[in-house]
Amino acid sequence: MLKTIGVSAVEELFADIPASLVLDAPLRLEPALTELALTDYFETLAKKNTAVRSSFLGAGCYRHFIPAAVDAVVSRSEFYTSYTPYQPEVSQGNLQAMFEYQTMICELTGMHTVNASLYDGATALAEAALMSVRITGKTEVVLSAGVHPQYREVVRTYCRAAGIDVKEAGLTHGLTAQGSVEALVTENTACVLVQNPNFFGLIEDLAVLSGQAHSMNALCVACVVEPTSLGLLKPPGDFDVDITAAEGQSLGNTQSFGGPHLGIIGCKEEYIRRLPGRLVGMTTDTKGRRGFVLTLQAREQHIRRQSATSNICSNQALCALAAAVYLATVGFKGLRRAALLCTSHAAYLYKGLLSLPGFGKAFDAPFYNEFAVRCRDTNTVRRKLERAGILGGLPLGDYYPELENCLLFCATECNSKGEIDFMLEVLA
Amino acid sequence: MKTVFEKSLSGLTGTTLPDLDVPENRDLPAGLLRRKCALPEITEGELIRHYTALSRRNLGVDNALYPLGSCTMKYNPKVHEKLAGIGAFRESHPFTPAHMVQGNLELIWELERALCEITGMHAFSLQPSAGAHGELTGLMIIKAFFRERGEERDTIITPDSSHGTNPASAAMCGFKTITLKSNPQGELDPAGLERAITENTAGLMLTNPNTLGLFDTNILTLTEIVHRKGGLVYGDGANANAVLGVAKFRDMGFDLMHLNLHKTFSTPHGGGGPGSGPLGVSKALREYLPAPLIVKNGGGFEFYTPAHSIGRVKAFFGNFAIFIRALAYIRSLGAEGLKQVSRAAVLNANYLRTLLEKDFNVAYKTACKHEFVIDDSTLPNGITAMDLAKRLLDFGFHPPTVYFPLIVKGALMIEPTETESKETLDLFARTLKSIKQEADKNPELVKGAPYSTPVSRLDEVTAARKPVLRYRKEE
Amino acid sequence: MAHENPKDLRYTESHEWVKSEGGVCTCGITDHAQEALTDIVFVELPETGKEVAQGDQVAVVESVKSVSDIYAPVSGRIIETNKTLESSPEIINKEPYEGGWIFKIKSNKNEELDSLMDKTAYEKHVEEEAH
Repeated sequence: MLKTIGVSAVEELFADIPASLVLDAPLRLEPALTELALTDYFETLAKKNTAVRSSFLGAGCYRHFIPAAVDAVVSRSEFYTSYTPYQPEVSQGNLQAMFEYQTMICELTGMHTVNASLYDGATALAEAALMSVRITGKTEVVLSAGVHPQYREVVRTYCRAAGIDVKEAGLTHGLTAQGSVEALVTENTACVLVQNPNFFGLIEDLAVLSGQAHSMNALCVACVVEPTSLGLLKPPGDFDVDITAAEGQSLGNTQSFGGPHLGIIGCKEEYIRRLPGRLVGMTTDTKGRRGFVLTLQAREQHIRRQSATSNICSNQALCALAAAVYLATVGFKGLRRAALLCTSHAAYLYKGLLSLPGFGKAFDAPFYNEFAVRCRDTNTVRRKLERAGILGGLPLGDYYPELENCLLFCATECNSKGEIDFMLEVLA
Repeated sequence: MKTVFEKSLSGLTGTTLPDLDVPENRDLPAGLLRRKCALPEITEGELIRHYTALSRRNLGVDNALYPLGSCTMKYNPKVHEKLAGIGAFRESHPFTPAHMVQGNLELIWELERALCEITGMHAFSLQPSAGAHGELTGLMIIKAFFRERGEERDTIITPDSSHGTNPASAAMCGFKTITLKSNPQGELDPAGLERAITENTAGLMLTNPNTLGLFDTNILTLTEIVHRKGGLVYGDGANANAVLGVAKFRDMGFDLMHLNLHKTFSTPHGGGGPGSGPLGVSKALREYLPAPLIVKNGGGFEFYTPAHSIGRVKAFFGNFAIFIRALAYIRSLGAEGLKQVSRAAVLNANYLRTLLEKDFNVAYKTACKHEFVIDDSTLPNGITAMDLAKRLLDFGFHPPTVYFPLIVKGALMIEPTETESKETLDLFARTLKSIKQEADKNPELVKGAPYSTPVSRLDEVTAARKPVLRYRKEE
Repeated sequence: MAHENPKDLRYTESHEWVKSEGGVCTCGITDHAQEALTDIVFVELPETGKEVAQGDQVAVVESVKSVSDIYAPVSGRIIETNKTLESSPEIINKEPYEGGWIFKIKSNKNEELDSLMDKTAYEKHVEEEAH
């Protein structure tokens, strides 16, 4: 090969690199490991994690049942070793799967159009804020304190960079205070951002909040962090919500210590050309056969460059595929059953905790699969649970100073009655 | 092929969930309960057939050569999938207290240290989910840096050869962009940069090696100019595959840079994602990174919040399951192996370039690094780069990147990567040459390609004029 | 060239054309522009009533693979936009100088028209740009 190129050594191909830059010593990295040693190394690392017997943690990342069919599909290498479908003729698998995913998420959220995914729920919410600003031309957003604290931080980071003001609406009894929203929304507000169910698992009144936003010509953005809730609850689309941002991890994706997860964004028909990210559309080929392509690409960075709807260049394709396979496997019936199990397990746990000495209500409103409770000392509770190999709950005082001795607990279809009873015994 | 909705039959399902083992929660307001949602109804068997059929209408690196320039479509080692599936990693919750996930934190820390050693940068944030996300984070840091110094700098300079995400990311941070023309050698002209830069310039975004596959020999001069005028230099590390163990980005003068774990570090592309775009910075900028960072303290690992952190750019820590794969790649190669990667990548690209240079116009005639650009100017009968790409599909190859970079008309950007054999490269070159002959003798054949794929060329115009973005049952 | 550049129009460097009749300027993009864009898929029309200055970006024309910002050739107020382009953007490709007009400006500065190119100067400009 060297002879063909016309050089006598590979080094000659690097000759144009300035001499002062060429490394004269090897990188200081651990020596190479064989496959066997590599597996050993990672299994050793994994064992350094404390084994957990059961988990009652939620707060934006959820342990759900993932049918075996999901892994079987996403481990097909034609899917996971493929690239973005810029050559549609050899990417119909990916494109059709994304088209079907878009359809399923439209059905789930009640929105007219959904894109082929963003990085995660937090960045999807930030992109929704930016999208609202693009649509309305206004420069402020109103963000409810009931939105996940890390999501609020991401929205603030993105908005600060873009020169957008973020005003925070307060809470009353754990729910977005309508009086606070009314006081903060002005003619310069691009959107009101609300999470449902909110960070405390409580169900917000989207009808009223969207009405409040619209009365001042602002958009209403709903954020769904636990989309299995949509197996039971009416979707944002039913409440005249303009843009829905969501986290799709609960749908067929693993927790994996926080990533990769799945950002969802959808909107009303009139805004589809303002959506960031990839969109898959249906069309026909030269023989009139149905096919799928990336479309409305002129909005995207590779064409519009600095005028693009966003800088996003990729999607979470494989995670979206997992979500689609999950939804197709369980169907609406299965999703509704999963959701019913989630909320019923959570209600059972809640009643059980409240019956224990030292535990009391934090709020008093309907919740989906997460709830907050007051206790005497959050550290004592968590230590007791940890000693029994149980994970939960999240100390809320870290994020909401007024909730100093409160813990956030979550239950899903995976937390059986036996598991919950055991946990209650440990705390009794 | 039918969609999964057209295969649905009422009453079918792919799995069953358990019955309630506790009393049903009836506290949810009845008025908020939904009654319907048109998701598929299909058995597991039919579902698996559906997705298996779809997968067979798709092309991955496991099927064929994928010489997409600047995408680094190298082989994805299978052991990585096994490691990412280890239960203790898969099932771990990001809000687990630090003392219970020391294994995870050590993994993140080890990866961050390795990326620093490879690039020479002082610290990395692993939060960004993709290269573009890393760019955005870097630009936010640049903005915060100057704001804190009370300096009004509102402009970013990028070369005309840059990836579209560069100016798009700058715009998202409220920066104006100035585009600089590349010189006839495909590099940035230092005199041109000197003229364009002012006290309002926050920084320069540069890809090196650049999108033409060339190492900018003026790199030290360019970064020195920017620093002399008080600006910062951002490095798009998409092409790091050419310089592993050869040169360090920090030495080149970059103050910030991102890497693409799904390119250089072999994590799978997934059909468009998930990827990971760690953002590395110099010592002076470490305290601006997104929180939290993982630090080693005594025998254990804990979280650290940088003093001037720009805040979070994502929930949780980043794409952890991708970190597992990238660290496994680095550990399985070691220093020697990584250097071999770059040497082989550059050798393969130059070999392929040499095979093609007599029949095709190579945009820049010097020896390239890991990729090179040819154009369609030597194709007869009006055959275009797009036609060539479509005809390649008939021979089982994924085409190179077409029409990028924008500065070369009719461009085909070719990056074979180091994991391709000489035999594959020879076959690819022979195929390109035979298509050129077809273009000469039978142009209509080339213009009508592809023929052997599940669909022929698709009507993208109607798809954009009248977008149909979801399935709807015909009434 | 598919369509002849009409003699009675004025042209801008950014490939817009202007037809002035009694203080009302009808504007569109030239044949060269529509050919470069190829099949047009979407037009973002300006708002009627908007006051614009010469050189302001007022509209956007999108094709599958590229997009063009359209600039006001003269200053004034936008008094009408071509609504048919909303459902049939391809008219710009078929009739760039007739049915493919994009917006009308009631101009307030007559001298601006004189600063624009005539047919000969424009065709020379197009040729020079190609090299």
